[in-house]
Amino acid sequence: MTAILEMRGISKSFPGVRALRNVNLTVQAGEIHAICGENGAGKSTLMKVLSGVYPYGSYEGDIVYKGDERRFATISDSEHLGIIIIHQELALVPLLSIAENIFLGNEPATMGVIDWGAVFARTRELLAKVGLKESPNALITNLGVGKQQLVEIAKALAKKVQLLILDEPTASLNEGDSDALLSLLLEFKAQGIASILISHKLNELAKVADSITVLRDGTTVETINCRIEKISEARIIKSMVGREMSERYPPRAPQIGDKLFEISDWRVEHPLHAGREVIKGVNLHVRQGEILGIAGLMGSGRTELAMSLFGRAYGRNVTGKARMQGREVDLSSIQRAIASGLAYVTEDRKSLGLILNEDIRNNVTLANLPGIAWHGVIDDRKEVTVANEYRAKLNIRSSSILQKTLNLSGGNQQKVVLSKWLFAYPQVLILDEPTRGIDVGAKYEIYTIINDLAATGKGVIVISSEMPELLGICDRLYVMNEGRFVDEMSTSDASQERIMASIMRQYGTVQ
Amino acid sequence: MKNEVTKSPAAPGGAGFWKSNLRDYGLLGSLLVIMGFFEFLTGGVLLAPVNITNLVLQNSYIVIMALGMLLIIVGGNIDLSVGSIVGFVGAIAATLMVDYKMPWVPVVGLSLVLGALIGSAQGYFVAFARIPSFIVTLGGMLIFRGLTGNILLGQFVGPFPQDFQSISSGFIPDVLSAPLVAVFGGSSAFSPTFRWTSMLIGMLGAGLLIVTSARRWRREKAHTIETEPFALFAGKNAVFAILIVGLSYLLASYRGLPNVLVIMGLLILLYMFVTTRMTIGRRVYALGGNRLAAQLSGVRTERLIFLTFVNMGVLAGLAGLIVAARLNSATPSAGNSFELDVIAACFIGGASASGGVGKVMGVVIGAFVMGVMNNGMSILGIGIYWQYVVKGIVLLAAVYVDVYQKNNG
Repeated sequence: MTAILEMRGISKSFPGVRALRNVNLTVQAGEIHAICGENGAGKSTLMKVLSGVYPYGSYEGDIVYKGDERRFATISDSEHLGIIIIHQELALVPLLSIAENIFLGNEPATMGVIDWGAVFARTRELLAKVGLKESPNALITNLGVGKQQLVEIAKALAKKVQLLILDEPTASLNEGDSDALLSLLLEFKAQGIASILISHKLNELAKVADSITVLRDGTTVETINCRIEKISEARIIKSMVGREMSERYPPRAPQIGDKLFEISDWRVEHPLHAGREVIKGVNLHVRQGEILGIAGLMGSGRTELAMSLFGRAYGRNVTGKARMQGREVDLSSIQRAIASGLAYVTEDRKSLGLILNEDIRNNVTLANLPGIAWHGVIDDRKEVTVANEYRAKLNIRSSSILQKTLNLSGGNQQKVVLSKWLFAYPQVLILDEPTRGIDVGAKYEIYTIINDLAATGKGVIVISSEMPELLGICDRLYVMNEGRFVDEMSTSDASQERIMASIMRQYGTVQ
Repeated sequence: MKNEVTKSPAAPGGAGFWKSNLRDYGLLGSLLVIMGFFEFLTGGVLLAPVNITNLVLQNSYIVIMALGMLLIIVGGNIDLSVGSIVGFVGAIAATLMVDYKMPWVPVVGLSLVLGALIGSAQGYFVAFARIPSFIVTLGGMLIFRGLTGNILLGQFVGPFPQDFQSISSGFIPDVLSAPLVAVFGGSSAFSPTFRWTSMLIGMLGAGLLIVTSARRWRREKAHTIETEPFALFAGKNAVFAILIVGLSYLLASYRGLPNVLVIMGLLILLYMFVTTRMTIGRRVYALGGNRLAAQLSGVRTERLIFLTFVNMGVLAGLAGLIVAARLNSATPSAGNSFELDVIAACFIGGASASGGVGKVMGVVIGAFVMGVMNNGMSILGIGIYWQYVVKGIVLLAAVYVDVYQKNNG
């Protein structure tokens, strides 16, 4: 077996930070090579060095690809040789079609005139290869994230990919789509295409990876050959964090009290298609001190339910009753929802949660400015005190509260968003995918914050696509599918199999 | 939970602070350099008392409108109609005073209300009907320019009552000089023509500035982490204090502080307070920084956008009155292309075209950069068309430096 790629002694510095220190990575031809590491361990930096985002000369060390030393000056240099990277944030143009996106910048053309026949024919071929049943004319904006990911991969195939790099490809996919994507990687492997897979989801790595390189603090910790050694999650986690993490979820002694928040027969229509019900009569309650989970596939209506509760931020013709501590509350605007004691931590921190060009201080106080102001005039001292308090309490790693949130890692950004909502003093906190894209260590901290919140008698509702997470932190679960709750169970009776079974059963009755 | 705070890297002080605030100092430095440059080229005419007074009178309405424009731009919008609103409000006010013989005080009130109404109409379309502000205010620009022409029918309407004119051309009464001269005699130190009231107000203003910023600096040092190094802080405030005292000295040796400078100064203070200390100001920045996130944090983004336009309308109405009072007549072309100077002042002053960024002090300095260039080039007899070219280049250069620093800083 020969190596398709060898990165030797790669070091890369940014002003004030040593991002990579003497990193070695060897990828064998036709293997799936996983890279693991906490956020900030240097995974993305390493991939940017490889793909030429950081050009030759801005780093130290050698890149040997297919037997020759390579010095990439731009991304197109590396793409030319078949090294294609698919970033976590997809790079598709929403209002162009699948075909136009796949061949964007790479159009089969003579003298600048595009041969549309060839474009469509090739697109159909590529879509068949990745198993996507959509018309080449379909606009990207009308596709779900899972399908968009497949379009990205088709785009890579169009560029004659030899080494496919996927940065957290399944972070925003549900289990079905994730499995499809992983089996696609296995298929590519059979065709001799090597892949580098960056992922936080250790169970997936166990499924497909041939070898795993673990990075920690910008250095290579080890490369595990999975054909020789059976992968154990505990082993990888230990290697990533440098310590044994015997418990991935903090211990908790739930003290569950009275019914705190309740909704009945909640119905929501699609914002653009009147009459199309997205939420079809949901009943939900959460008790004081309870952590409630909502499981379900992506697109099952979980986020839509949460956003429609939070001041009708989603949908139209919202009907149903909501009660907080037995009293009916009006949730018809975001301001009223907040005043009623509701808070919602969005799924997408960067575009919906934070003002990225503002500092930690301003973000923390945004949802409760009256709490630091007197008749509309902000009390700077109080604001600084509040921000410092949350920075310490939630352990937000930053130079000071004046650091821009743009420059924080994902876990710390999430802590800022949590601080914002904790300072709004909600009764019920809805967390939508609270640990997406966050490393193992920071996840533990987020869980601890959730536990602490429940311990003070608040109700917490957690929406997550990661079933182990729901099973690990919740007291009770609802299973959602196609806009309905199809099952409810105490976590002690729950298992991933049971959750999947209730979703599947639902499909059975519908069809 | 883990309650200990991880050891954080050293807070950026000194060089770090200098770097992250380079733009503010750079802008102030540029204004001083440009002033020095024209002072030299004009052989001292630029800073002559008469000219300084003129400079203030010519720029007051640009500065006043730039305060409103800053909020619009920070909120992520633009207003192209302000020049036309200046003309329109001026025309209506002139018609009421001259043709209908209405007393000037209610006319001032009505004009400001008219500005607010125009602002709310445009604000409605931008905020609630969600039409891009560029289109709405481009429409407004044409509509109000057209209406101005129709009302005035190509005529100049004027003159106005003396009291109304004095909004622009009047100076604050000099109540101190006479007693001072009476007590100390008309010696050279107390020349009877020197406006001591204006001088003292300027000195008081400078003193107040130093005291308040020193208090704020001390408080920041006690509470936060990132404070301006003392040398920079002292230097910056010294420059400001000298500028204020120098300006008042120059104005006092001519006819004293113009009324319009007092209006402008008070408005600057008000908007500094609103943008830095009030919740509504903070919300405008949040809105411009990330509209969706602000909305989901409970900010009423639509109402806020609407209010920024109402506010802009009122300030444009005020500017319309000041311009009319200064010209002592309403003309069909009053306020022509003012929107360009106002918008340029904001961008030179460091506002970001994508919203969420910009400071009142920056915009005021930006307006004076434009004003000094206009004035200096006019004194030098540079043709109006070359003035456009130079101003365009300066605008582009200022924003280029911004973007360059952002990408490479």
